[in-house]
Amino acid sequence: MYVAVKGGEKAIRNAHKLLAKRRRGDTSVPALTLEQIAEQLSHSVARVMGEGSLYDEKLAALAIKQSRGDLIEAAFLMRAYRTTLPRFGYSQPVDTAKMLVERRISATYKDLPGGQVLGPTFDYSHRLLDFSLAAEDDERTPQAETAETRDEPVPRVTDLLGDEGLMEPDPLTDEDAPVGDLTREPLSFPADRDLRLQNLARGDEGFLLALAYSTQRGYGRTHPFAGEIRYGEVEVEFYAEELGFAVTLGTIKVTECQMVNQFQGSAKAAPTFTRGYGLVFGQVERKAMSMAMVDRSMRWQELGEEQTAPAQDIEFVLSHSDNIQATGFVEHLKLPHYVDFQAELDLVRRMRGEWFEKRASAESDGTSREAAE
Amino acid sequence: MTETTPTNLPEDGHSARQKNMATLAAATPADIAENFRKLDAPAYELVRQPETGLVMVRGRMGGTGSPFNLGEVTVTRCVVRLASGETGSAYSLGRNKEKALQSAVIDALWQRADAREQIEEMIIAPLAAAQETTTETVREETEATRVNFFTMVRGDN
Repeated sequence: MYVAVKGGEKAIRNAHKLLAKRRRGDTSVPALTLEQIAEQLSHSVARVMGEGSLYDEKLAALAIKQSRGDLIEAAFLMRAYRTTLPRFGYSQPVDTAKMLVERRISATYKDLPGGQVLGPTFDYSHRLLDFSLAAEDDERTPQAETAETRDEPVPRVTDLLGDEGLMEPDPLTDEDAPVGDLTREPLSFPADRDLRLQNLARGDEGFLLALAYSTQRGYGRTHPFAGEIRYGEVEVEFYAEELGFAVTLGTIKVTECQMVNQFQGSAKAAPTFTRGYGLVFGQVERKAMSMAMVDRSMRWQELGEEQTAPAQDIEFVLSHSDNIQATGFVEHLKLPHYVDFQAELDLVRRMRGEWFEKRASAESDGTSREAAE
Repeated sequence: MTETTPTNLPEDGHSARQKNMATLAAATPADIAENFRKLDAPAYELVRQPETGLVMVRGRMGGTGSPFNLGEVTVTRCVVRLASGETGSAYSLGRNKEKALQSAVIDALWQRADAREQIEEMIIAPLAAAQETTTETVREETEATRVNFFTMVRGDN
C-alpha cells in the first residue's frame, strides 16, 4: 500500500527542470515542430491516438514531443487531457463501406469487386536501412505515381460471401439499445461484444499482438484468413439536436480488418465462416489484425466452442489490455512504500528469529538424543 | 397526404446547408480565416460561444452490425446570430475556436438571401473544389498501386 509522504519538493522541482532540459536535448539541434511529428511520424501519432482513445493529430504530436517519444506516456497524456473536456455526444456509426480507400487487400479473394490496392505499405519492402534518409540535406520530394481512377464501388468482402449464406451475418441489435461505454462506466463482467471491441480498440498494440500470435501458435484453435484489410478516410457525422439534422464533423483515418474463420457448426447453427472484427484509428494494421483475431477468440461462448486458451479468457484479456492502467499499477511500485515495507521488515525479522530458534532447539534435541544412545 | 416536412427550409435547401457546413468543417483554419477576411463581416452576437468538447465516434461490429464505441474526437462548435436575425452554426473536428466562430458567421450569412450567392461563389465553391482535388489526388495515387495477383499452380512447370 502507498502511504502519502511529505518532503522532496525542491528535489522534485529540480528533477522537473532537469527533465525539461534533457527532453530538449542538444540545443544546437533544431527543436521538433508538432507538424514534423504529425507528418513524418504518423504511425506513432496513430498509435497514441488509438491507445489514448482520442483522435486529434496535433494533440498526439504534442504528447509525443512532451513525453520524449514514450508512446505509452503520450497516450496517458491524451487520456488525462480528455477528462478536461465536456462530452457533446455520440457520433453516428461510421460507414466503412464509404471509405476513401487508400489501401485495400484481401488474402482470400484475388479478384474481388473493387479490386486490391496496396497503398502506402511496408509489406513488400526489404528491411534494409535506407541511408539516403540519413543524409543531412534530405530535401528530395518523393513523387508518387498516379493512374486514372475508376468509379467502382468497393463493397466489404464479407458482404460478398454473405450473399451465399456462407458468412455469418453481423449481429444487429435494436438501434436504440444502449451501447456500453468504458469512459462512462468502468469495465465489469460479463462484458458484451460492444464493450470488448471498445476495450480492444484502445488496448495496447503489443499485448494484442502477443495474444493474437498465441492463437496462431495453438493456444486456442483459430485458423484465420485476412478476409479484408482496408485503410482510409471515413466521415464522422454527428446529429446536432439544436439543428435537427446531422452535421459532418470532418474525416478521420481508420484501419478496418475482417478476419474470417472456419466454423464447424453446432446443434444450433450450420457450418459457416465466422468473423472477428478490428477497427482502429489511423494506419495501424498490425493492431487491427490482432484486434480482429482476439475479438474472434473471445466469442467462443456464443459459438459453443471450448475455452482452452488465454486469448479466449474475456476477463483476463480485457483486464490487462489497457496499457494506461497497466503502467499505472506497475509503475506505482516506484512510489515510497516505506510503511508497508517497515511492517514486512518486522515480520521477516520475527520469522527469522523463530526459524533460527527452532533450528537451534532441534539441533540441541539431536545432540541430547545422540548422547543418550 | 397529411405529412409535411417538419422544417422551414425546403428539402434541397436543407441538404445544401449540410453540405456547406461540411465543406467549411473540412477546410483548414487558415483557409477559413483567409476567406473570412474577404467578407464584409456583418454584425453578429454569440448565441453559443466557441466551445471545444468530445464526440465519441461509433463503429459497427463487422462493419454493418450493432454499434460500439471506437474512441473520441475533439470537436469545436459555435452558434452566432446576425443582426438581421439569421442563426449560423459550426461544428468541426479539432480545437480551433476562431475557425468555429468564422464558420458559424459564414453559415449564417449563407442563409441570408442577399448574401447566399456571394458566399457560395466566393467561399464554398472554391473550398469544395480544392477539397475535391485533394481527394482526387489520393484516389489517383492509390489507383497506381492497384494489384493483380496470379495464382501459381503447384507442381506445374
